[in-house]
Amino acid sequence: MRYILRKTFILIITLLLISLLTFLAFHIIPGDPARLILGTEASEEKLQLLRQQLGTDLPLYQQYFRWISGLLAGDPGNSIRYSVPVMELLAGRIQVTVLMGLMVILMVLLFSIPLGVFAARMRGTWVEQLVNAVTMLGISFPGFFLSILFMWIFGLVLHLFTPGRYVSYTTDPAGFLQYMFFPALSIAIPEIAILTKYVRTAVLEEMDKDYVRTAKGKGIAMRGILYGHILRNAIVAVVPLIGMIIGSIFSGSIIVEQVYGIPGIGRLLISSVTGRDFPLTQTLVMYIALVIVLTNFIVDILIQLIDPRIRLSRASRS
Amino acid sequence: MKKGSMEIRIGCCLTGAIILLALISLFYTPYDINYMDIRMRMAPPSLQHLFGTDNMGRDVFSRAITGARFTLLVAVSTVAGCTLISSVLGLASGYVGGLVDEVIMRIIDAINSFPGILIALIIVTVMQHGSYTIILALCIMFIPSFTRIVRTGTLQYKNAEFVKCNRVFGDSEIRLLLVHIFPNILPLLLSSVIVGLSNAILAEASMSYLGLGIQPPAPSWGRMPYEAQSIIFSAPWCALAPGLMIVVTIVGFNCIGEGLRKKYL
Repeated sequence: MRYILRKTFILIITLLLISLLTFLAFHIIPGDPARLILGTEASEEKLQLLRQQLGTDLPLYQQYFRWISGLLAGDPGNSIRYSVPVMELLAGRIQVTVLMGLMVILMVLLFSIPLGVFAARMRGTWVEQLVNAVTMLGISFPGFFLSILFMWIFGLVLHLFTPGRYVSYTTDPAGFLQYMFFPALSIAIPEIAILTKYVRTAVLEEMDKDYVRTAKGKGIAMRGILYGHILRNAIVAVVPLIGMIIGSIFSGSIIVEQVYGIPGIGRLLISSVTGRDFPLTQTLVMYIALVIVLTNFIVDILIQLIDPRIRLSRASRS
Repeated sequence: MKKGSMEIRIGCCLTGAIILLALISLFYTPYDINYMDIRMRMAPPSLQHLFGTDNMGRDVFSRAITGARFTLLVAVSTVAGCTLISSVLGLASGYVGGLVDEVIMRIIDAINSFPGILIALIIVTVMQHGSYTIILALCIMFIPSFTRIVRTGTLQYKNAEFVKCNRVFGDSEIRLLLVHIFPNILPLLLSSVIVGLSNAILAEASMSYLGLGIQPPAPSWGRMPYEAQSIIFSAPWCALAPGLMIVVTIVGFNCIGEGLRKKYL
């Protein structure tokens, strides 16, 4: 319980710091948003009026509180470039990125756990070397290059999908899945490589433990020990990585959505950055960080709940 | 053969080749990187043009090796700067502990909550567009992980017998840190530096791809695939050449990193 309290305290501090950092980052830049909207020819009265509307004439700390309370109330203000509430822009795009993220997570789990267990079972053979080499390659391809390769090979040569012709999930769910398969795979591949390596190490570590020797001594087949005991413990070791994977999904989506032309959060972020639409960028960044921090928090708590060993070791220490 | 030395050898060959090409490009490229030969547009790889030409008839090989120069420069300066800052932060955080540790770690945690490329994105957006803003951006992006590594190492040796012993002999705190603790962290830091290099290259290329790195017409490993994306079907070599050079470099650095890790840990 004390652990959860401490973690919650840290969570709040972290969120405060993040919001401050994000806010300050976008407010130390010289430049007047009002002038940016109205152009250099605008009259002074008009500028003053718009500044009042945007709230940029207020002192910095008041602007910060306005922004934060807006964020918490779910109304973080308007985008400069599109002149619509930020929420409206998010509404249509968030599902796309979330669906893609779910596909990525599914792919990562489906591939990496069996592969990792397989690699561990083949310890000391050429298969292990092969898996090592393949995972090394997997983490060495930049996301955009992988995406371009997929677009070329699977899109243009093999015609499995039409690059650049995004299919909305509302009009054609099957077409959406088909279109999103390769973008999701482009994000998933490096993650699969990392996780496979991780699962393999975790399984190997478990294999050397006393309980495995005991089980072997009792005459249980290796297959039974592997799936009955080792895998369960090894999966626990993988849970902390979930936060990292969520982070990579966001980073990946920024690039991959750009390559494939998918209207998601990542693409909105890039267009807000290149269009210098700072209120929008600021809010997007804050929401993304929020999701990641919360995931990490939940993961930390989850580990406590599912693994009594960690719980006990902490209890005995304090 | 000693553990890990095979990986180190392979890695050194791969990265060495790329670094050599980058160095050669300083003095000699087969063609001028901006020379457009209209008659030779999208020519496939041949003896005249090793990696073919792009849609403006520029030699892809010359551009790819020139691009290596910038990417490597950014990666090396990023990692160097980041190692320096993180060593100070990590040593302070681990050795002093208490409030200093708490403050540093909370800020590190906060920075760490942004997905990597996002930090770089924010900084490049906020700062004026200079060609070296990207170095600062990537530097801040890598500080959290490096600081953590140094801090963990410091904690590990802070109360080691040999440190206690030297403290009794009257060594100053600074001497204890720099002469006795820091050298012990170096092997760990070294393999992170190598992996950091490959991550910095990936990040730099991604930023250039998004148009937030070096500005065209200067060639870069990230921007060339972007420009070649629309002609990928008719001239795949334009995207493949720089892309594969990135992959080779990163595989090289990762091999060295893996080898060092096996050797020292």
